[in-house]
Amino acid sequence: MSKELIRLRGLTMEFDGERILDGIDLYINDHEFLTLLGPSGCGKTTTLRIIGGFLTPTSGTVTFDGEVINDVPPYKRQINTVFQRYALFPHLNVFDNIAFGLRVAKVPKEEVDRRVERMLEIVSLKGYGHRAVGALSGGQQQRVAIARALVNEPKVLLLDEPLGALDLRLRKDMQNELKRIQQATGITFIYVTHDQEEALSMSDTVVVMDKGRIQQIGRPEDIYNEPKNAFVADFIGESNILDGIMLSDYRVKFFGRAFECVDKGFAENEPVDVVIRPEDIDIVAPEEGHLVGTVTSVTFKGLNYDIIVEFKGFKWLIQTTDFHGVGATIGIRLNPEDIHIMHKSEYSGLFGDYSSYSAEYDELTEDAGDEEE
Amino acid sequence: MKKNNSVLLSLPYILWMLAFTLIPLCVVGYYAVTDPTTGAFSLDHLKDLGIYLPVLGRSIGYCLVSALICLLIGYPVAYYMAHRTPLVQKMLYMLVMLPMCMSFLLRTLAWVGLLQDTGIINDFLGLFGIGPLKLIRTPGAVVLGMVYNYLPYMILPLYTTISKIDHRLIEAAQDLGCNSVQTFYRVILPLSVPGILSGVTMVFVPTVSTFYISQKLGSTDTVLIGDVIERLFKQANDPNMGAALSLVLMVLVFVCTGIMNRFGSEEEGSVVV
Repeated sequence: MSKELIRLRGLTMEFDGERILDGIDLYINDHEFLTLLGPSGCGKTTTLRIIGGFLTPTSGTVTFDGEVINDVPPYKRQINTVFQRYALFPHLNVFDNIAFGLRVAKVPKEEVDRRVERMLEIVSLKGYGHRAVGALSGGQQQRVAIARALVNEPKVLLLDEPLGALDLRLRKDMQNELKRIQQATGITFIYVTHDQEEALSMSDTVVVMDKGRIQQIGRPEDIYNEPKNAFVADFIGESNILDGIMLSDYRVKFFGRAFECVDKGFAENEPVDVVIRPEDIDIVAPEEGHLVGTVTSVTFKGLNYDIIVEFKGFKWLIQTTDFHGVGATIGIRLNPEDIHIMHKSEYSGLFGDYSSYSAEYDELTEDAGDEEE
Repeated sequence: MKKNNSVLLSLPYILWMLAFTLIPLCVVGYYAVTDPTTGAFSLDHLKDLGIYLPVLGRSIGYCLVSALICLLIGYPVAYYMAHRTPLVQKMLYMLVMLPMCMSFLLRTLAWVGLLQDTGIINDFLGLFGIGPLKLIRTPGAVVLGMVYNYLPYMILPLYTTISKIDHRLIEAAQDLGCNSVQTFYRVILPLSVPGILSGVTMVFVPTVSTFYISQKLGSTDTVLIGDVIERLFKQANDPNMGAALSLVLMVLVFVCTGIMNRFGSEEEGSVVV
């Protein structure tokens, strides 16, 4: 099951003296669904393009099945790509687009017909073979692009933000579809996205990247529950990140108060970052709380309320299903397993403060981060 | 309201077309089907056009050969241009346009100076004891003149089309197993078809009716349909026959471009000319 298929060793990439990738080390197992996750400009697309053979790394090696493939051109690699915004051939219809790779490989006509028809069924486009690709909706074009790559039965499928141009509902459907196809075919998927939810829900392994470096590699649960630094904690979901001091194993001090926690292995009195997820915080009556604060803003989100609560000048985001109005005084309780301790990093102090929180601002930044060449 | 405004804005051109294109066209049509002495309706001129069939065939042949040569020369140039940096592209574009800044007559006359028996080329060859070669007054010289004069009209539409081809399509082709040759004929060439059709039309239409090039660079064996029409109007003083021949030529050009566009729209789903 988990045989190593691709290994990247010390990959660096420079464009015009600018370092895009800075020492990427990563291995990818056969049959794995691996996601490269990060904000735009983090190097995830560059990494994908190096694996696909469209870029040659400045230094470092790409190994495929034990062989270094740095100088192997794309057309000789057993890898196919689903491009950002599809890149379907406009002069060919749906059938001919999907058949493209097979015809180049001189597969006999009957087999081409059979495999393309099967592929059309898999991506739920049976009967669409003779349509012009320009006449299809975004979701349909997406599926043609996936079929065009999958029909060649590659060892690895690279997907570069394939769902970026689709609306939310379609994106959810396609996520399930892709996961299903991956499990059915057993093909290794390397998936690039800036959408953390997408990454968490689809992947076996998530690789969080920023500034050309890998910040954390792990299973989705581990990445979410045990973020390695403030960047990961903030990028994967919402987090309140506070300065703390590790008193001893299982004891951390912040806001002038010692809390029990589940982390150990830090130096005595080591300054640390403390992560508290907004959904983990229990709201209680003020007199029962570990900390007491004042609600300063309330946003209704459908499933829950996002409330901003001020504790001693520091603002936290708390997600709650109970309504607490602006100005209300509330207490909170923190259980040991709700407190995650991280070593200080270059990202400390940059994230996790909701003093300037604005729901609108949040949405804007999310929309902006999808273009990366 | 908006619609009326746009009609008003295009009025000058509409009047221009009416006065200098449509009305003269009607006059040509009138001449073509009237008897010069009686002024009565007559199809005699159209019937007599049979004698010009060989000339017509020759004209079309020369033009197709010229268009083909333009395509073969122009395509690589256009492809090269389209894949340079924006600055280099601009400079090359200027270079391609440069000959068009010079008068068409002058450019053709310059070739006479180059090709004639006592011209620059033969003088140069004479230094090595070669020649004089018969360069001028040959079919080759006529085709050369056509290619030289109309090459930019081939390169520019090709360049526009090729530079619009999405680079990701080329990557997609490579990704799906194409080497560079396969990428070219499976993706780049089919996507260049609109530019090719547009370029061929731009060369074919003016060359098929040209008369100056063949007069200066050709001989009596290379008389083209444009020359015949000119002669009918001027020397032969037979405007009715000239009008009839013009009309037939025009219909022919229409049919040719129509066929090419039909072919193109089937390939591409879009019409470019």
